[in-house]
Amino acid sequence: MFKIVRREEMAEGTVILNEIEAPLIAKKAKPGQFVILKANEEGERIPLTMADTDPEKGTITIIYMVVGKSTAIFRDLKVGDGYQDVIGPLGKATHIEKVGKVICVGGGTGVAVLHPITRALKEIGNDVTCIIGARNKGLLIMEEQMKDASNDLRVCTDDGSYGHHGFVTEVMKEVLEGGDVKLVVAIGPVPMMKAVSNITKDYDVPTMVSLNPIMVDGTGMCGGCRVTIGGETKFACVDGPEFDGHKVDYDELMLRLRAYQEEEKKCHDEYCTIRDAN
Amino acid sequence: MAEKAAKNTKNPRIAMPEQEPKVRARNFLEVPTGYTVKMAQEEAARCLQCKKPACVQGCPVGVDIPGFIDLLSQGDMTGAIRNLWSKNALPAVCGRVCPQESQCEGLCIVGRKGEPVAIGNLERFCADYERENGTGELPPKAEPTGKKVAVVGSGPSGLTVAGDLIVKGHDVTIFEAFHKPGGVLVYGIPEFRLPKAIVAQEVNFLERLGVKVECNAVVGKTVSIQELLDEGFDAVYIGVGAGLPRFMNIPGENLVGILSANEYLTRANLMKAYEYPKVDTPIPKGKNVTVLGAGNVAMDAARTAMRLGAEKVRVVYRRSREEMPARAAEIHHAEEEGIELFLLTNPTKYIGDENGRLTGMECLKMELGEPDASGRRRPVAIEGSEFHLETDLCIVAVGSGANPLLTAETPDIKLNRWGNIDADEANGKTTMRGVWAGGDIVTGAATVILAMGAGRAAANSMHDYLTLGW
Repeated sequence: MFKIVRREEMAEGTVILNEIEAPLIAKKAKPGQFVILKANEEGERIPLTMADTDPEKGTITIIYMVVGKSTAIFRDLKVGDGYQDVIGPLGKATHIEKVGKVICVGGGTGVAVLHPITRALKEIGNDVTCIIGARNKGLLIMEEQMKDASNDLRVCTDDGSYGHHGFVTEVMKEVLEGGDVKLVVAIGPVPMMKAVSNITKDYDVPTMVSLNPIMVDGTGMCGGCRVTIGGETKFACVDGPEFDGHKVDYDELMLRLRAYQEEEKKCHDEYCTIRDAN
Repeated sequence: MAEKAAKNTKNPRIAMPEQEPKVRARNFLEVPTGYTVKMAQEEAARCLQCKKPACVQGCPVGVDIPGFIDLLSQGDMTGAIRNLWSKNALPAVCGRVCPQESQCEGLCIVGRKGEPVAIGNLERFCADYERENGTGELPPKAEPTGKKVAVVGSGPSGLTVAGDLIVKGHDVTIFEAFHKPGGVLVYGIPEFRLPKAIVAQEVNFLERLGVKVECNAVVGKTVSIQELLDEGFDAVYIGVGAGLPRFMNIPGENLVGILSANEYLTRANLMKAYEYPKVDTPIPKGKNVTVLGAGNVAMDAARTAMRLGAEKVRVVYRRSREEMPARAAEIHHAEEEGIELFLLTNPTKYIGDENGRLTGMECLKMELGEPDASGRRRPVAIEGSEFHLETDLCIVAVGSGANPLLTAETPDIKLNRWGNIDADEANGKTTMRGVWAGGDIVTGAATVILAMGAGRAAANSMHDYLTLGW
């Protein structure tokens, strides 16, 4: 069992942080890599990119939004409980290089994935502007940490309850207009990454995105996480999860992410009905 | 002919009882239900106890076939299983999934004039009898040697190496990337052909002998081969299988509703998705299912789809029945269960709806030309023969290649041009000192028993190394 040593609720309880004892993974993991978690015997294997690792303490941190049955089960795990299985680190690590001016764009729980990458980009000497967004102020996560991890932090909310009133892309455009941006890293919902990539293409700025397709084993065996990159099929688990944002077929990715939509909703609703009844 | 038929009726092979095709096509219970003691002993009595048994030569791990059958016919069940264990760590598995017709039974002398002795069924019987009625007594082990061995992958070859080396006195740890041990035996071969409880029992047998099993350990990621050696393992065996799904590279392949056989079978078997929503992993349930390919994996996928409630399941293969690589028994079982073979047919394009979901495929009719490099007659497209095949779920079972996850992180191991590990055929030695490899990662996708044979050869070589030197 992989014990949970810290648990926090973020974004009005819709986003959960778990710090988990996994010494071998903590020792090996690099920014951008992910783990696969399985709560119990009947559980599904869920891939999540690590938000942080502490090699000395032997822990890893994951942050996830509660969306389906499996994440609802994850949410119900308390400190002292554990995940039956944690597998990793999987995927390729982010290529961290000193390029100059960088924009890191994060949306939703993507901010958690973006955090270690932003920190690493800053540590190596890049000038990092970070733009994070959420639907409203209550749903915004990790503002303080992102402030520490970057040189300049901009915040947006869709409803204007905090920071810039509008989308991350609007703020990103302003920064791009300032010129000299060498790299954009965008991690968040697929429509956000698609919108960011469309804009940066016009500005001819290299853009890196982190994809989260449906996956089973995470080691290149099942091929469920197929994504089309520049017309070629890649497996996000071993070839990614990060790819050139200008080459990703986002529409296909969105369709594939909906493959089990009906089953997932039914399963989640059933689980919550049973849980709430108890 | 008349004479042969007469001999057959005088000494018929005892048929293995099976679930009715119509019933079993909708459940996940094992298809053959097993011999009774009486049936097993009657069948054992058909063995001629040949002085020079040809059957043994046909067995990749050299099971003493007349020996265990003799003990069985004398009623010495413990003796029989001990005899089997001395050559084969996984008799319950081999009795079920080995291609006996082309190995031991294919060379059986009784088979020359009638039906061969049902060696596979008898092996299965002994293993099942021991599991259900046995004393649980373990085979003897050599004194500890103080040497530590890491086995990467817990499929048939890894389990064989572990079993062989633990009884030779070495300290063995198996590393498995999945959350459960067994490799292809748990993710690939369906419950109705090889119950998971039996694999668990075989693994547990090794654990009782002292083998340690570390799951969730992705060697190459969680820990590298070099780190295993640095951490004090004296030798490493790599038996990670051929886990890279092949697709056909035709338009529309990423539509929702097209899965690799690896994904489909992993969801169904390892994740038990056939019990969804009791378990959390879903699996697409097609009404009109198409399986591409004609090997054992294709048969497993087709029969799984039928059990998950499909109305129609078709196996689409570009050659004819004669070239189908699956075991005859598997094809027979599949057809009995209502699976249709769509032969001499090759898909050229997938068709989807506005939601990106598969609705059909375009296919071409084929005819056979001269044999190709594989020795099978080459399929040639018949011009203008395009036709539409309606389908809402397609499972691609056209083979698998070498997964580079581990080898990409281990530059000292030489690979061949297909990405398979270049290991010595006779003993499994790789180009990295202290590291052996065998099974599908060396040969490409093959059978359980060949992987076990490679494991046996490597274990002997590893034992020599650990006791005498490289």
